Amino acid sequence: MKSFDYARADSAEAAVADGGSEGTKFIAGGTNLLDLMKLQVETPARLIDISRLDLASVEATEAGGLSIGALVPNADLAAHEVVRRDYPVLSRALLAGASGQLRNKASTGGNLLQRTRCYYFYDTTSACNKRAPGSGCAAIGGFNRIMAVLGTSDQCIATHPSDMAVAMAALEATVVTLKADGDRRRIALADFHRLPGDTPHIETVLEPGELITHVELPPAPKGRQVYRKVRDRASYAFALVSIAGIVAVEDGRIASAALAFGGLAHKPWRDPAVEAALVGHTPGDAAFAVAADALLADARGFGSNDFKIPLARRTLIATLRELTA
Amino acid sequence: MSDVNSLTMDRPVEDSILNHTVQDVLGKPIDRVEGPLKVAGKATYSAEFGFDRLAHGFLVRAPQGAGRIEAIEADAAKAVPGVIDVIHDFDGFIRNAQQGGETEAPTMGVREVHYVGQPVAIVVAESFEAAREGAALVTVRMSAGDGDFGIEGREDEAEKPADGMIPAHSDAGDLDKAMADAAATVDAFWTTPSQNSAAIEPHVSIAEWQGDRLTVHGAYQMLSSDRQQLADALGLEEEQVRIVARYVGGGFGSKLGIAPECVAAAIAAKQLGRPVKTVMTRQQVFEATVRRSDTHQRLRLAADGDGRLTGIGHETIVSNLEGEDFFEPAGLATHFLYAGANRRVTHDIVRVNRTLSGSMRAPGEAVGMLALENAMDELAEALDIDPVELRRINEPEQDPSKDIPFSSRKLAECLDEGAAAFGWEQRNRTPGGLRDGDWLVGHGVAASARSNLLQPSRARVSVTPEGRAIVETDMTDIGTGSYTILGQIAAEMLGLPIEAVEVRLGDTDFPPAAGSGGSWGAGSSGSSVYLACEALRAKIAASFDAEADGLTLKDGHAIAGNRRVPLGELVGEGIEAEGAIEPGEMAEKVNQASYGAHFCEVHVHAVTGEVRVKRWTGVFAAGRILNEKTARSQCIGGIVFGIGTALTEELVHDERDGKCVNRDLAEYHVPVHADVPHMDIRFLVERDAAANPLMAKGIGELGISGAGAAIVNAIYNATGVRVRSYPVTLDKLIDGLPPV
Repeated sequence: MKSFDYARADSAEAAVADGGSEGTKFIAGGTNLLDLMKLQVETPARLIDISRLDLASVEATEAGGLSIGALVPNADLAAHEVVRRDYPVLSRALLAGASGQLRNKASTGGNLLQRTRCYYFYDTTSACNKRAPGSGCAAIGGFNRIMAVLGTSDQCIATHPSDMAVAMAALEATVVTLKADGDRRRIALADFHRLPGDTPHIETVLEPGELITHVELPPAPKGRQVYRKVRDRASYAFALVSIAGIVAVEDGRIASAALAFGGLAHKPWRDPAVEAALVGHTPGDAAFAVAADALLADARGFGSNDFKIPLARRTLIATLRELTA
Repeated sequence: MSDVNSLTMDRPVEDSILNHTVQDVLGKPIDRVEGPLKVAGKATYSAEFGFDRLAHGFLVRAPQGAGRIEAIEADAAKAVPGVIDVIHDFDGFIRNAQQGGETEAPTMGVREVHYVGQPVAIVVAESFEAAREGAALVTVRMSAGDGDFGIEGREDEAEKPADGMIPAHSDAGDLDKAMADAAATVDAFWTTPSQNSAAIEPHVSIAEWQGDRLTVHGAYQMLSSDRQQLADALGLEEEQVRIVARYVGGGFGSKLGIAPECVAAAIAAKQLGRPVKTVMTRQQVFEATVRRSDTHQRLRLAADGDGRLTGIGHETIVSNLEGEDFFEPAGLATHFLYAGANRRVTHDIVRVNRTLSGSMRAPGEAVGMLALENAMDELAEALDIDPVELRRINEPEQDPSKDIPFSSRKLAECLDEGAAAFGWEQRNRTPGGLRDGDWLVGHGVAASARSNLLQPSRARVSVTPEGRAIVETDMTDIGTGSYTILGQIAAEMLGLPIEAVEVRLGDTDFPPAAGSGGSWGAGSSGSSVYLACEALRAKIAASFDAEADGLTLKDGHAIAGNRRVPLGELVGEGIEAEGAIEPGEMAEKVNQASYGAHFCEVHVHAVTGEVRVKRWTGVFAAGRILNEKTARSQCIGGIVFGIGTALTEELVHDERDGKCVNRDLAEYHVPVHADVPHMDIRFLVERDAAANPLMAKGIGELGISGAGAAIVNAIYNATGVRVRSYPVTLDKLIDGLPPV
């Protein structure tokens, strides 16, 4: 591990004023960052500890939604009464992630910013455009069982590992930030993470020093909510495919549908074409098949992850049945 | 010097004192005596010993899997604050870990690189963090060589190795003719991947020199031979080396022999004149210790119309580093598990540039019985015979390969009791024919067998005037319960409550023991304690003026006739004796093995192919059970390994360059609690007089043997899909599942 400077921020304003300099990173729970620092995948020169800022509460918004402080632990958010009642897809997604110990420590903001679990990203002697831009991608042509099949580029086929973010994408959450200049910014979760393109090392739209302070949820959506995570063991494994689904059926037709996918792409994946294939239609396998076709029309496997394409199709259809049963 | 009471197992024991003692502590499910220390953080593991001026070492890995080191550039590393030195010794470092029980150093010399991650230098610093940072800054310049990174497509390069635990090749009769003449046959190929023991405690050594004497606090399983290996590697006499391992956080074979961190720490400590601690990271444990070999297995069964086997063929290809003789003995149990006159069991090695392959829990049976017990399931289906019945039909009367009797064998009884307890008769027999909502339900059975071994082992036991007993041996407790069962044996033999026995393990200053490996630890080290106590009983009887046969020891008292005297009053200033067990002709004249039967229920998700094990019944016969609780835990632990083997565990090497791809516990998937159902574990009453004076057989590797096969047989019953490529991850199932 490389030596680094450590500073504790007294306020969010002080944190962002200090946070934009080269090599500086914020640290909250540290459940991902510290591991990466030990391996020298991350080598910050300076850490600003934000874990004691007053950002750990969950409050109702005037719009009838929820404002979740960036430092709310995953465990607390999953157990929150209103989350369990009105946003069960989020509670389920959180509980599907990591382990009890990690969820106690991991923060809401940090969860959004966790890095990929690509094996080659973790090995500093392997080519990885995300870790070392321009070095290549060892996952392409290598063992890529856990990699992406949607939205990949020839530079990177990594996935985003979060479960929470997938549920938040389906819930159409908004990320609220504080910028270095003191301005606040509101970013739709769907726009928060980037596809790899030619710059897989730039994973979000955050500017240097910009700090997530809250995540806002809109009022509870209508309809049924499901989080379905398919993984290699019953717990403590990242998603091969996950689906956060919120579907309302009225008068025998699908009135609204929000579907987000984990394990398939570099970001929580939403595709308007999938929802368009459903809304207004009678729930049933015909519509579900069209939705699955829409989701996977451009899917591409890289060898050992080819199975994700049929797996996503099957899981989507079964999840839609559950959502509309 | 204490007396030594020796026994060589050239013939069965006529009786065991343990059949007559009355303390009633042996066999009882008492808690581990060191448990409170462990949960309180007070059990000092090897990495936790402190020393003045302790320096921290971090191994530098070879970045490529084949080639020759031209230079090690260390200036940048040496500039890191806290870094003391960067040390390499191309001749003195060991290339790879040693196999268990070897008495010499493993392959020495690291200038030629044979696998990615081969430790080639050590950075020593004032802190672990500085050493690690320094290691990242060392540049290892290599001229690239040609490496072979996998078996795939190179099967025809496989060569017969030297004979190991079993002959590499053995043939009896004419298997091809048996196959041609059979009423039913199975002939198929199975593959199993490389695996890692994934013990929770990583490998570690702290080396401290006092003049020309070296003490190593290390995480090792077999201290006596580890000491010989280390002395040989360093050019020392055995007596100059002491190894201490009070507590070991799991080994499962990976700590049988010394590993590279041990020699590197010793060399660095010598050069610097300071004690050096070297802890491997999890990634280094995966890359630079021991893996279980991947295997390619061809299994052939030939049977007549009544289900009687006429031929068994088990041909295995494994991989290992150049120059290493060890081969995963996948056919070990195939030699004796079932009848059949025509037999062929072979093992061949393909040389690869990958981490050393060696022993991991139940080397041989753990993967060989997957193919064998899957094949038996396939044969049962071909013959339309119940798979339990097929195994019963093929119970051999004696070892079918060697024409020697079994010392004890209760496989049929295990199958019968297991079938009854599990409700085997009620199962659905039609593959894919039972569904519970989205889940396809299946049931499977497999036999379990693990050869029983005895190793030379010595222990010293003393009784103090206070009436307490002290057991000393360099046996290790790797989480199995050695402290507890050795205490129970001494307590039972000497008529003491368990609290009055202190067991001291894990130090080569004590008499040399068998160590923990091969399921021989309890039987071997336990016998040495037994023999020492037998000698003490004779001394006690003499000072009590009683016949040894007429002596009763109970609750800290000697009793004979109408006399009852506290034990401490009969030992003067204290008495001690050593016990020494040696394997003898019983190892050859009878076939010794523990047996069991696995029954399980699995659910396979009809949409996704996720597999969940829902129910388990395991019935085992392993001679005398020394502690029902630790024995049960051993069986459960073994079955959990079997669940991982069947469903999740696969150590992946990149076929392009031999790199170990999934080098951490996030991506090398061992089962988690949620993957493990409640287990109904039962033991049959059995005594094995040929095994040892305890009449106990090995149990540590019995649970894993066959367990994975039971799961995969159940997956077939649930889905109708036969997968012969382990682990059975969902991607191998979904094509065969019902359409969605």
